[in-house]
Amino acid sequence: MAGNRVSYTLDSNLESVNTAEATAEKMAAKAGFDDDESHRISMAVREAAVNAVLHGNAYDANKKMRVSFENTGDSLVITIADEGHGLKEAEIPDPLAPENLLKQSGRGIFLIRSFMDEVRFRTLQPGTEITLVKHVRGDSANASEEAK
Amino acid sequence: MKASTRQVDGVTVVDLSGRITLGEGSVVLRDTVRELIGKGDKKILLNLGDVTYIDSSGIGELVSAFTTVRNQGGELKLLKLTKKVHDLLQITKLYTVFDVKDDETTAIASFKK
Repeated sequence: MAGNRVSYTLDSNLESVNTAEATAEKMAAKAGFDDDESHRISMAVREAAVNAVLHGNAYDANKKMRVSFENTGDSLVITIADEGHGLKEAEIPDPLAPENLLKQSGRGIFLIRSFMDEVRFRTLQPGTEITLVKHVRGDSANASEEAK
Repeated sequence: MKASTRQVDGVTVVDLSGRITLGEGSVVLRDTVRELIGKGDKKILLNLGDVTYIDSSGIGELVSAFTTVRNQGGELKLLKLTKKVHDLLQITKLYTVFDVKDDETTAIASFKK
């Protein structure tokens, strides 16, 4: 399983979000993550994909979302890129701040950070790429070996 | 996502099932709560026992429903959270914002008469 990499170029719609989420769940399970961790990983991917198609590409049919999944053996690495106007990481409000707690939106990136081990943003011309990394830990690695 | 409503001792219980996510699920929840508010129902208990998945959009919709009902002078409470939904409300610090109940009879009795 180590070294497996798949990538997709998807339209900017909710069907693509569901595709990215479902693929993440399968890749996480294949990498040996348990049900709870697979759920968290797929949810992080869903949130990132929603950001890409909704906030990044604004459902523009001419803009694509690129998603890649790679099992490096010790980590599951997922990148999601859009073609939008870019994201200013420093301007993302803290959804746990008292003044933001009852806001309807603004929790997506917080959830991504909560569920993944590493989260990195990269500015593209145009767009934003987010990289999500989840390390395969002892128990998961063993499960992965046993599944081979 | 499916939503059905029933009346129990003056409280409107909304039984939700499926996924509350961006798109259909969130819209169903929003429309259901708006319809209840429009009819004057101000004691609302959202039964989340059969909700299998909720994303940040769904969380936002729950928050919106809560504030909408509260601003109308009503009460909105949550019933039977699954572990996944419970964990999400914990990490987003919303668990203490909502009044969450495990038992329907207890939940119904907790609304102001």
